[in-house]
Amino acid sequence: MSALGKVVRAGVGRRRAQTVVMTLTVLLAVTSSVLAASLLVGSQAPFDHAFARQRGAHLTAMFDGTGTTATQLAGTAHLPGVTAAAGPYRAVSLHPTLGGNARDIPVGLNLPVATVVGRPGGAPVDDLDLTAGHWATGPGQIVWDADRTPFRVGDRVTFPDVPGSPTLTVVGLARSVGGSADAWVPPAQVAALTEPGSAPEYQMLYRFAAAGTDAQVSAARASVVAAVPAGSMVSAESYLRAKRAADRAAATFAPFIVALGALGVGMSILIIGIVVGGTVGAATRRIGILKSLGFTPAQVVRAYVAQALIPAAVGTAFGVVLGDLLAVPLLHTEGSAYGTSALAVAPWIDVVVPIATMSVVAATALAPALRAGRLRTVEAIAVGRTPRAGRGRGHERGINLGINRGLHGLLGRLPLPRVVSLGLANPFARPARSATVAAAVALGAVGVTFGVGLAASLTGIDQGLNRESPGQVIVRTLSGREQSRAADPDAVAAALAGQPGTRRYFSTGQAQVGVAGLAGPTTVNAYRGDSSWGSYQMISGSWFTGPGQAVVPTGFLTLTGTHIGDTVTMTNNGHTARVRIVGEALSLSNEGQQILTDAATLSGLGARVLPESVRFDVDLTGGTDPKSYVDSLNAALRPLGALAEPASTGPSGTVIAMDSLAAALTLMLVAVAGLGVLNTVLLDTRDRVHDLGVFKALGMTPRQTIAMVVTSVAGVGLLAGVAGVPVGIALHHIVMPAMGRAAGTRFPAADLAVYHLPVVCALALGGLVIAVAGALLPADWAARARTAETLRTE
Amino acid sequence: MAAPLIQIHEVRKEYDDGPPALAGLTLEVRAGEALAVLGPSGSGKSTLLNLVAGLDRPSEGTVTVDGLRVDELSESASARYRRSRIGMIFQFFNLLDDLTVADNVLLPAQLAGASRQQARRRAADLLEFLGIDRFADTFPGRLSGGQRQRVAVARALMNRPALLLADEPTGALDTASGQDVGRLLTELNQDGQTILLVTHDTALADSCATRTIELIDGAIVRDVRAGGDVRAGRNVRAGSDIQAGSAVRSGGDVQAGAGR
Repeated sequence: MSALGKVVRAGVGRRRAQTVVMTLTVLLAVTSSVLAASLLVGSQAPFDHAFARQRGAHLTAMFDGTGTTATQLAGTAHLPGVTAAAGPYRAVSLHPTLGGNARDIPVGLNLPVATVVGRPGGAPVDDLDLTAGHWATGPGQIVWDADRTPFRVGDRVTFPDVPGSPTLTVVGLARSVGGSADAWVPPAQVAALTEPGSAPEYQMLYRFAAAGTDAQVSAARASVVAAVPAGSMVSAESYLRAKRAADRAAATFAPFIVALGALGVGMSILIIGIVVGGTVGAATRRIGILKSLGFTPAQVVRAYVAQALIPAAVGTAFGVVLGDLLAVPLLHTEGSAYGTSALAVAPWIDVVVPIATMSVVAATALAPALRAGRLRTVEAIAVGRTPRAGRGRGHERGINLGINRGLHGLLGRLPLPRVVSLGLANPFARPARSATVAAAVALGAVGVTFGVGLAASLTGIDQGLNRESPGQVIVRTLSGREQSRAADPDAVAAALAGQPGTRRYFSTGQAQVGVAGLAGPTTVNAYRGDSSWGSYQMISGSWFTGPGQAVVPTGFLTLTGTHIGDTVTMTNNGHTARVRIVGEALSLSNEGQQILTDAATLSGLGARVLPESVRFDVDLTGGTDPKSYVDSLNAALRPLGALAEPASTGPSGTVIAMDSLAAALTLMLVAVAGLGVLNTVLLDTRDRVHDLGVFKALGMTPRQTIAMVVTSVAGVGLLAGVAGVPVGIALHHIVMPAMGRAAGTRFPAADLAVYHLPVVCALALGGLVIAVAGALLPADWAARARTAETLRTE
Repeated sequence: MAAPLIQIHEVRKEYDDGPPALAGLTLEVRAGEALAVLGPSGSGKSTLLNLVAGLDRPSEGTVTVDGLRVDELSESASARYRRSRIGMIFQFFNLLDDLTVADNVLLPAQLAGASRQQARRRAADLLEFLGIDRFADTFPGRLSGGQRQRVAVARALMNRPALLLADEPTGALDTASGQDVGRLLTELNQDGQTILLVTHDTALADSCATRTIELIDGAIVRDVRAGGDVRAGRNVRAGSDIQAGSAVRSGGDVQAGAGR
């Protein structure tokens, strides 16, 4: 082995602690970079990516099963402009009811009409992603749409309209990016699901050469219509509608993903710089010895860059693997949040991140190696040796020493234990190193502050949105399909009033009205009874207190250009009613085109409340068990045709997804920051090992040694934490409103003002915690170091 | 005769697979003695000093100082022992450059949790006694070697130690400064301070030690008391060139026998 090779090998092998720290740092940095970059890439047009991967259908067309033939439809695949087609598949529209399930959902509950298609999973167009279970291959099996399902794998579903009320088992959940159907069965199963006297429809899935705009999709649709018998196309759904909805969801999540992702990548680069630069910088004396032995500056530089690259390469390799593995659940979560299929790590990320990491390592190693290589040999050897004062290596060092001495004097006079004042003064001895620790801790504090605020705000917003179901129990007036009419609301109210455990309740029903200045119908939520206890979370203004007053979501105000205090005119079949806006509520329903008001407001309008939309929200008296209340109430409601069910109170899947993303990235940031501190304190402790020996020879106990080393970064950590918190808060205050804008709403001030004093104080201490946690290991090493050996160290 | 302050019994110290640094050494040092330990490099001088200071532990045997079994102390107890019962001075002074002379001297008292006022008074007295009080607010880097070593002595005496350990205290000094430090150690010993001095410098040993031992390969090959006897160590090997030389003061009474 060449002399250079031996030096490199010895450098990597002998400094085991530093080699391990560097490997770990690079590993974590690469892992978080792969994750952050994947999330960032995933946030860029997630629908488009998923659509391309699934070869999603630009047009999902349904054809009358009697007006056209499979052969005719197969022929449409060869029309000009059609690049790919799948089908024809047999399809039926059915009313499913919930069968046996492992949860607490009542058997027999009616579900919305579902389009069930008989087809294989894999196809040249709309190649479905199976998210759970397996594909339906045999009789009695069905796969349900993963995003529009009350089912879990193993649940049963019954189709009471079909003779024999067949019951199928949900064997899998799948996702069609274009939403081509609600459920899929093997083709042979369709016949058993067809009502007597009816013919199943046909489904065709098309991809077109040009489908970027509504006009292009319409033109392509027209060419298909022209190729089949007139009137045989029953419906056709453009992918653009699903794309717009998904893009909107993506736009809502993008600000926070971008913020956390950018923090992750920035942190990785900073920490690699700190660790590698610090490690090479600390080896200056060894470099001096090598030069005195005849190593050229170029050889020295090569040796130290190689010494940094070896552990970095190991860390990078493991980091990519770990990043790819961790990305699987994280990207799945992100995909769920966007409402698209699970995302995958882009292959180029696994190439670019390692190359970028190794380049950063090489560059950060190069700078101190070059500096050490250029240093005069005698100076390099003198570095770290004592005594060193009085003959400083230049003006800057002289200034640092002066400042340091002044601080020692100042801190020494404070009523603090001497070990604490010695530790507190230490950062000023190496201001550059302290600055890097501060930067690492501050970035960690920014990440934690942002993550905590984000989670708190999202929880608040989610609870605000859950105010749409304020009670513990919901009663729906249309309980079963055999029920031709909705239950009488007055009878339901009477049943509720007579039910022990009922504390209070109100009912809502929806009506469609016109609003002056708005295109299309607007949904009115008409309230009966005292709804003040179940008001939505207000953004501004107050809940309505009587007829003629209305509360609207932000979207309504934006669409109509109105403000609180303004009056809007509702129209219905020539009747008009004026309503004054008294409050702005948090709601994302109906894209914000919604009015919440007392039912009496509609009396002069002649607008009919849709019977099937009427529901009661019920608040129970304290100590009432919702489940037994529901069971008991259902006994009374069943003859009326109404059904009670417990209101869902858990956080939404979206909030869980965002919280878990934020938690994962924040933890990563904290771990990387802690490693940065660990490495810096390790280097510092090594540099000061002789001084530590002197302290110990003078009687410093192991505990005092740990206290001094920990204190040496505690002050910097505390200050950096305090500095990072306002930045994190500012980031939160930028990102949250941006997310709101993308979702088309403002957020209540209470949901944004989540940084209460105790939280801020705790967050400000977060920097201290990161610094102390990072310093504990090297402090322990310093306490254990044998005094006799450290005294010999120069 | 005063009671032994240091009792080293059958101490053996081995590092890895090499020959023992100390090979079953037994030694007693009485309070008020100034013992100089001479010997070539690798003879075990520094190991002996480290064991007495509680900086290291013997592989075998016992080390008792001021009635305390130093070889049995935990790390914390060992630190408390150093801070309360011994003071150390080193070849390269080991002063902390970032602290003033006064702060360096105060350090052992501060680590021991002494009252600020008492510690300052004691430091001022010591600096005055050692003739360096005008440098109290100066940083060590601005002092000469001799002055630095005086600061180190002041620091070592801060907690009124029963034993002063000096490891080559003149090794980094010019002749005049070395003689100055020698005189200082002599004065301290005459005031009753027990001193264990490890040195290569026979002149220093001559000038301030009341007793001198010489180590070779971890064993005492000569033990000379000023104005008293000379005893050859039991491990003296055939052919060893042992000379009383300057280490033996005039009137020394040479006795053969066991060195214990």
